[in-house]
Amino acid sequence: MLWATLAEAPEGPGGGPALKTYLLKRIGLAVLTAVLLSIIIFLAGQVLPGNPGRAVLGHTASQAAVAAFNRKLGLDRPLAVQYWSWLTGLLHGNLGISYQYQAPVSQFLWPAALKSLKLAAVAFVIVVPLSILGGVIAALNRGRAVDRIISTTGLSLSTLPEFVSGIVLIVVFAIELKVLPSTANPPQGAGLLTQLHYLILPAFPLVFVLFGYIARMTRAGTVEALESDYVRTATLKGLSRRTVIFRHTLRNSLLPTITVIATQTGYLIGGLVVTETLFNYPGLGRLIFSAAQFKDFPMLEAGILVIGVVYLVATLVADVIATLLNPRVRLQGAD
Amino acid sequence: MVTTETGDGAGVVLETVPLRDDVAEEKAARLGAGSAKRIRKEQVRLLVRSGPFLVGAAILLFWIVCAIFGRLFAPDNPLSQNLLAINEAPSAAHLFGTDNLGRDVLSRVIVGSQEILVVAPVATLLGTVVGTVLGLLQGYYRGWLDSVTGRVVDAFLALPVVIVAFLFIVAAGASVPTLIVVIGLGFGLVISRTVRTAVLQERELDYVAAARLRGENAFHTMFVEILPNVLGPIIVEFTVRLGYAIFAVATLSFLGFGIQPPTPDWGADIAATYQFLAAGYWWETLFPALAIASLITAVNLIGDSIESVVIQ
Repeated sequence: MLWATLAEAPEGPGGGPALKTYLLKRIGLAVLTAVLLSIIIFLAGQVLPGNPGRAVLGHTASQAAVAAFNRKLGLDRPLAVQYWSWLTGLLHGNLGISYQYQAPVSQFLWPAALKSLKLAAVAFVIVVPLSILGGVIAALNRGRAVDRIISTTGLSLSTLPEFVSGIVLIVVFAIELKVLPSTANPPQGAGLLTQLHYLILPAFPLVFVLFGYIARMTRAGTVEALESDYVRTATLKGLSRRTVIFRHTLRNSLLPTITVIATQTGYLIGGLVVTETLFNYPGLGRLIFSAAQFKDFPMLEAGILVIGVVYLVATLVADVIATLLNPRVRLQGAD
Repeated sequence: MVTTETGDGAGVVLETVPLRDDVAEEKAARLGAGSAKRIRKEQVRLLVRSGPFLVGAAILLFWIVCAIFGRLFAPDNPLSQNLLAINEAPSAAHLFGTDNLGRDVLSRVIVGSQEILVVAPVATLLGTVVGTVLGLLQGYYRGWLDSVTGRVVDAFLALPVVIVAFLFIVAAGASVPTLIVVIGLGFGLVISRTVRTAVLQERELDYVAAARLRGENAFHTMFVEILPNVLGPIIVEFTVRLGYAIFAVATLSFLGFGIQPPTPDWGADIAATYQFLAAGYWWETLFPALAIASLITAVNLIGDSIESVVIQ
């Protein structure tokens, strides 16, 4: 049963070695998934289009030109050989040559990824406190109107495509109220604060998608903690409500939240393709989009693989953190 | 096949929801034979009485009517350009204004519901069939088949469905059938997870052992014995995935992988007009965006109501 290990943290006797085995197994699993992912992406990019030279050069190109294109890029070799040289290249940091620019993919990919990282960071800085606060408020008022409003709004917002909420935001804040710019690109040489100012509006569609999930997990965790025996004991022994909530409830209720935040990272990056296109922001998402339009498969494959690896690492980190923070596992590891 | 019964409209889904799920059967067992039908009626009654369900169904019905009969009652031909009246703000003559080619935005929004209302349900249906078959096979046979296919499913799910779809559509060439197949297969993988989990629980029960002892073959055991008992979660998956499918189809049309202009389509129309937002022509983009939002909200209201009735 390889694939059910996620939820099966070790609980048997001898926690120390079990924990180590679990972590090693979990990392091995992530590596295996990454290799499978690379095969899938490679096959989709190299096999599905049929003849890459024909796909890139179009129907009007001569047979000789197509053959020359394929030979130049080594596309006339057997598939396994191509995959192996692509994979070993990747591991050496060589992401291939872009069809579109006739230059190394890495030259474009890393700067774009850095831009996306900035946008994602702004979204995270906004969404994490906001959704935890929302989830805790909903839990403390569970069953009342405040709870219903937070939960319903959160879930409705999270189901809207980023370009739909993005357009509503642009119309309201950039066009009607004129408080924020409608593009993500600050003027040349702008300082950090100006850059941030330009990134707030593009970050919000991503915030909307994530808010519902994180708030829901926080709410569930907090409700569970509030109904537990230890919180009842704390209340009954006369501690103030504030102490009960901060020292006894929240410390325990945030565990599932950490997991969900890490898991949502991958989806955040998925949403970047749309957000960056809408706000004309030159990040990884828009790079992938333009690579797709030009049928620039090396660029497309590398970009998508980066997204997949980021997601795998985020899930791995989430699992490891959840395991380490789980007192039962931690205590076993200590003795 | 199960899913041929589910259809793609809310009304049809409503009839099949309470068919046979664990809860209904458990209650039926308690109340005595012959009451399963009563419980099914009761579930439908609960559903029809719930406010969110009615609101969702009304909005969905509105868009279905627009998709089928839109061309008959749209105020204008959605394709007819009028270069003397481009980018006009909403007015009595054009309630939603006109776009950059002078076309009536209201008419384009009404007729633009067609593609998404065909592609999303068909893709979800395909995904439900694929996911059900895959989940049944994995849960029933377990062993190496489950491990190997499970790993591949994991690798696919390491990417958001829209990104996977993106890669495959670019590779296979953008067209409506490609869109359906790619979204359908992507969702099939997600749905297989749920079905597999449900099957793993079912296969340990006595009726499955009894079927084996009777000498039924694997196909019969999976599709005739187990399948009807995991129908509840499958129907819930279908309605939940339908919301995501609309999300995915709208997003991919926005990125240019759906129906091509000048045919009216919400996502494609937004893609064609959003760069004029900064110039202040908000109506060209905002109204199709609100149309997408209303459709997704409607489907989610219906899905949530069905889920809560089935689980209750």
